[in-house]
Amino acid sequence: MSDFFAQGGYAFFVWGAYGMTALLLVIEVLQLRARQRTIRARLGRLMRIRDAGANDQ
Amino acid sequence: MALNWFKFASPASFYPIAGRLVPAFWIITLILLGLGLYWGFFETADRLGGSNAQKEYYRIIFIHVPAAWMSMWLYVVMVGWAAIGLVFNTRLSFMMANAVAPTGAIFTFLALWTGAFWGRPSWGTYWDWDPRLTSELVLFFLYIGYIALHSAIDDVRRADRAAALLAIVGLIMVPVIFWSINCPDPNQCAALHQRSDLTQIDANILFAMLAMTFGFWTYSFATSFMRLRGIILQRESESAWVRDLLDTGDKA
Amino acid sequence: MKPRQKRLLFVALAIVGVGTAATLALTALNSNISYFFSPTQVLANEAPQDRVFRLGGLVTEGSIARQEDGLTVHFDVTDNAETVTVAYTGILPDLFSEGQGVVTKGRLGPDGVFYADEVLAKHDESYMPPEVESTLQTAQAEGASDTAETAGVSN
Repeated sequence: MSDFFAQGGYAFFVWGAYGMTALLLVIEVLQLRARQRTIRARLGRLMRIRDAGANDQ
Repeated sequence: MALNWFKFASPASFYPIAGRLVPAFWIITLILLGLGLYWGFFETADRLGGSNAQKEYYRIIFIHVPAAWMSMWLYVVMVGWAAIGLVFNTRLSFMMANAVAPTGAIFTFLALWTGAFWGRPSWGTYWDWDPRLTSELVLFFLYIGYIALHSAIDDVRRADRAAALLAIVGLIMVPVIFWSINCPDPNQCAALHQRSDLTQIDANILFAMLAMTFGFWTYSFATSFMRLRGIILQRESESAWVRDLLDTGDKA
Repeated sequence: MKPRQKRLLFVALAIVGVGTAATLALTALNSNISYFFSPTQVLANEAPQDRVFRLGGLVTEGSIARQEDGLTVHFDVTDNAETVTVAYTGILPDLFSEGQGVVTKGRLGPDGVFYADEVLAKHDESYMPPEVESTLQTAQAEGASDTAETAGVSN
């Protein structure tokens, strides 16, 4: 197991490359999910405000 | 027939389709990346032989080459949608081009980053102004330029057209990157990168590399469609179908 | 002409224009820019004097000599026609070895020795485990000649 992590002494380079890849791909996915939720929440709020305005008149 | 196509390509009808495709692409992505990583780390030799006696660090090939391929391929896809948008004035194709760009930029950055971490132990340097490295860096700036130009123009339709033109002009970089090592006479474009030849790659290494490539590809589909759904909602927020969607609380 | 056809023509022209520019740029790159100079070019005085340039070629077998200070290395770089001696002080890359392609950056001294401040190793396109590589003698020979080709003369 420790052999696997050591990668023959080249751990810094191998995991430096794989680590950045994993990090960026995970961040992209999380950011996309958060964005979709924000957009839906904002549009929903806008619609409720508009509906409320229509009922008042 | 052409009519049907345009109907199908409307944001309203594609929004739920993309929503159903995203989970499918995620499942395929996880399978392919899992397979590629397993094969790359456990079914391949630790060290290479012959006149390319690389040590364990050669395993960066399993993300470097797929990321570099995706950086070029996604640029072609982006330009394709941008060109279709310019010609047919279809809203959805511009949105597609916008949705692909950030994923393409990420893969371009990753190709450069993983290349640096591979170049240091093998060639002896993180960076060199080798033709291939230089042209890939220009591609990264083109992605950034496309995204920046689009967000700098407030009128979305103008932004679409201006950014599309920039993308089309920048298409020049894709053949340059390709020929920076695969030119007809290797002596003329000799650099640190060697000419690429898939037939010279061990079957296990090639298999892991291709699994990772297809995994990155389906990943790009998944993230592009996720981003596309966000773009559609924002741009169509005034339309009746979006209101219905939010009213019913439909998760599709 | 309908507007759509007009736009199609416009985009087609743009793509053709970009394609032409790319072809021209590639032709220019192919004929004018050399990433490094070969020993033959250096001995023919084609390489710049008093300026840093790159020298590329193969490390001659049996030419690697560590100097007494233990840090400086001398080795010959050849393109199978001419040879230039390189002096370098520092850590050599992992893939540096005899018969392997190298790209070195530095200046040519008045004594004809190339004083490098950077030595980069090249490798060929074969990615094979050692066992496979040793059984494929012919493939290995081909690989070596490929390296010579890629790293060699650029004329």
